[in-house]
Amino acid sequence: MRLAGGRKYGDHLGMSGYDFTLAGTRLTALGSGALWWAAQRLLCVSDLHLGKSERQLRRGGSALPPYETHDTLQRLSTLIDQFAPDTILCLGDSFDDLAAAEALPDPEAKDLRQMVAARDWIWIEGNHDPGATGFGGQACDEIAIGALTFRHIARGDAAPGEVSGHYHPKARLSRGSARPAFLLDQTRLILPAFGTYTGGLRSSDPALTGLMAPQALAILTGPTALPCPMPR
Amino acid sequence: MTSLPAQISGWFETKGWTIHPHQAEMLARAQDPSTLLIAPTGGGKTMAGFLPTLAELATDGHEGLHTLYVSPLKALAADIKRNLTGPVAEMGLPICIDDRTGDTPQSRRKRQRADPPHILLTTPESLALMVSYEDAARTFRGLKRIVIDEIHALAESKRGDQLMLALARLQSLCPDLCRVGLSATVDDPEQIGRYLARHPDPCHIVQADPGPAPDIAMLETAEAPPWAGGGAAYAIPSVLEQIRAHQTTLIFHNTRAQAEIFFHNLWLANEDALPIAIHHGSLDREQRARVEAAMVTKALRAVVCTGSLDLGIDWGNVDLVIQIGAPKNVKRLVQRIGRANHRYNAPSKALLVPANRFEVVECQAALKAVQEGRLDGDPRPPGPRDVLCQHILITACAGPFDADTLFAEITSTGAYSELSRAEFDACLNFCATGGYALRAYDQWQRLLQRPDGLWQLRDPRSAARIRMNIGTIQDADLLKVRMKRSRGGKPLGEVEEAFAATLTPGDTFLIGGQIVRYESLREMTVEVSRDKGRKPKIAVFSGTKFATSTQLSQGILDLLAQDTWPDLPAHTADWLALQREVSELPRAGQMLIETFPHQGREHACLYGFAGRNAQQTLGLLVTKRMEELGLDPLGFVATDYATLIWSLSEVKDPAPLLDGDALRDGLDRWLAGNAVMKRAFRASATIAGLIERNTPGNRKSGRQATFSSDILYDTLRKYDPDHLLLEITRDEAMSGLVDFARIEEMTQRIRGRLSLRRLSRISPLAAPLLLEMGKVPIQGAGAEKLMQQEAAELMRASGLETLAQ
Repeated sequence: MRLAGGRKYGDHLGMSGYDFTLAGTRLTALGSGALWWAAQRLLCVSDLHLGKSERQLRRGGSALPPYETHDTLQRLSTLIDQFAPDTILCLGDSFDDLAAAEALPDPEAKDLRQMVAARDWIWIEGNHDPGATGFGGQACDEIAIGALTFRHIARGDAAPGEVSGHYHPKARLSRGSARPAFLLDQTRLILPAFGTYTGGLRSSDPALTGLMAPQALAILTGPTALPCPMPR
Repeated sequence: MTSLPAQISGWFETKGWTIHPHQAEMLARAQDPSTLLIAPTGGGKTMAGFLPTLAELATDGHEGLHTLYVSPLKALAADIKRNLTGPVAEMGLPICIDDRTGDTPQSRRKRQRADPPHILLTTPESLALMVSYEDAARTFRGLKRIVIDEIHALAESKRGDQLMLALARLQSLCPDLCRVGLSATVDDPEQIGRYLARHPDPCHIVQADPGPAPDIAMLETAEAPPWAGGGAAYAIPSVLEQIRAHQTTLIFHNTRAQAEIFFHNLWLANEDALPIAIHHGSLDREQRARVEAAMVTKALRAVVCTGSLDLGIDWGNVDLVIQIGAPKNVKRLVQRIGRANHRYNAPSKALLVPANRFEVVECQAALKAVQEGRLDGDPRPPGPRDVLCQHILITACAGPFDADTLFAEITSTGAYSELSRAEFDACLNFCATGGYALRAYDQWQRLLQRPDGLWQLRDPRSAARIRMNIGTIQDADLLKVRMKRSRGGKPLGEVEEAFAATLTPGDTFLIGGQIVRYESLREMTVEVSRDKGRKPKIAVFSGTKFATSTQLSQGILDLLAQDTWPDLPAHTADWLALQREVSELPRAGQMLIETFPHQGREHACLYGFAGRNAQQTLGLLVTKRMEELGLDPLGFVATDYATLIWSLSEVKDPAPLLDGDALRDGLDRWLAGNAVMKRAFRASATIAGLIERNTPGNRKSGRQATFSSDILYDTLRKYDPDHLLLEITRDEAMSGLVDFARIEEMTQRIRGRLSLRRLSRISPLAAPLLLEMGKVPIQGAGAEKLMQQEAAELMRASGLETLAQ
């Protein structure tokens, strides 16, 4: 199996990614936290948590700045402009809960509906959003495409080629602060959270060290995607 | 004068005591709406505060709560309870006394609310919590007096602002409430008086006899102090001699890290095995309690400590105070000196130990200020609005409120008397909707205005969440340190999260006087093991660094202006004379800038005398400007008196770097994105209730549920730059870690008068700066490149790169 290659995808676009192979499939981890599958022209993002501030306030918490849905969709829309994908796949927890999906404010809801209508769109259901939403596209629990299986939460017994989200992994090098990170080994890839208001779980957390093989990589997001041995 | 009931006067007689004049005056003024007592430690201050209460309760029966006592320390509340219960029992008075702090069990707290004691001893946070309950009016019914202890210390922090807002609430519930403040010696008693009294009531100030002048000097040592650093290891033999010659010595340090290092070195040199302990705020509570108990039984000959011992607990047997490192602030020095010889009428004895050569000058300036009775202090800024936001939420927890009434109540507080209605409305709006330019939350407002005009919580569940987050103390970024064991080892204390993040397994550091080895970070706990080594690899963990006060800095400049220095030790006087010969000494009305080449780099030393934090900010602002001008700055280091910058190119024209408008512009434009500003934002956003430190079920859901406050800060700066919390953050930047007000003060003081000296080599005054800790590298575009190099190196070293081919 091949984990990595040399060329940085997207250099010509002014944004650098990290190319690797999972279950015989060439993929690119982008510095923005999205995954690009060039052969399928498929762009995958995880854990958008749209409507997070609305949900917190609804449940009696404080009123966070209500700009995260706009900001998250803005960054997604920039990626769509750059890659012109045929398919967008959202790996679950796209909405902070189903009520938040329904309450999405108007300009954002309209933008999202247009984005979904313009291409194939797959919603994987997550623990935060277990059900269909009214934004179009196809909703499912998990989906197999080629040699890969996309689901929200990684399974301990998964066959090679699993792509998931859920954990919001992050990692840090000796300098700089912790950054959201992809985690990659020969079996699986875990995506970082793409949503603006999302925190992270350190790669050294037992939940992640238990899932990932000893030789796993962490690919830090940022101006360039930075692969390094996964900090344990 | 109010006469004392027989039980009390009889008790004084059996003890053979007479009432101090200031105690009698407090008794006479028992009905005044507010009284401030200024008395030295050991002057019977607490008794003076409680005498009117005891007298009233001895003669007239009273139903429920009569007197509320508030202190900044939980330990002090417990201590006063002990010290008061004894005499009250001996006097045979039917008075019920209890304390209530964060440590009080839930069952006792409930009982206190339903059936309050006559005297309740508490802290500002516990009082705020009590005020937040729906039954507050019943709990406080009949309250006559409130006694605020150590009010000088509370007045310097947001805890005090929160307390005074709660007091305004109590005053509305109990209009006849009398306020009493107990304070150590301060520079401006009237200012504390205005802070204590209901605005615009007057506040009478009772001054106790300050006692004899302190016996204070610089410690004489065989060895001269080093050129730089804060350890004062050179003074260990002399300090040990002093400990031997006295019964109990308190050894004060300015930072916890310095206290740890000094204690470690003192212990290594302690051949007589004198009982010496360490006490500071990062240590585990039990460990601190053990030290305090040992002090009470006079089992200790010395305690190495920090500001954690500045307040409170009365230990009569301390006969010497040693201050290690320059005191930074004359007022605090005087208060510390007061910890020695509590017996009224005995002079306090204190010794100053400068940690380095420049601190000799600073200590001398401080001695002079103490002798002349010149204390330093800055005018209090208006009450902070983040605390006000929390108070509005607390008020809402207690029940529906009317905005006009609340505004009137808040402006009756001295610190908020200047608050405008527009500012208040902005805070109320923030609490209700978040106060965003984008009106997104009409449906789910946190506070709703009812048809009758009153405001109330929309969701009753919010009350529990708000109560869980009451308080203004920022301890969110502290991690516990524990010995690594299978079932959770002994807790040792706490370190800052930022410090823990720099550790790699195997690193050793000092905590609680012992060297430990870092093992791992597990569930927000730093796990360590014992280390046999004698020298820790990493000596310091960060802690509060006090900046030298404006007044003391001025005193230093006055001292430097002397023709000769007969009062200074020869080693220091010679050093200053040499500086005058090869360059010049900094003067008050201008800024000295020295530039010189050193070790292949250009250097510029800016003598601003603005205090450590402001000099640090100045370093950030000036190097940024230098980068824009193509001078290639590489790094800088700041002390209380100067900033030293190294760069590839020489600074030939410093004027554009130090122009007031340019500095202010830098603060708004790019310092806003700096980590220190983000830290200030996090503190204010937490106090104001935007960030919840504690949420129901937080621990179970794990850390990925919470996200960095930096994201909120960046989002607000991007989409809502005029938001209230960003305004508050800019206010905060005027003091604290950014301390921009001191930079403003400096630019006004020098008014563009710069004295540029080009030297062929480093000057005597600049040389110690090169040895200072805490050099700041400039993170230009190179930082990202360094990270890439490190990642590539790790891939190569781990063999994963070849595997990938």
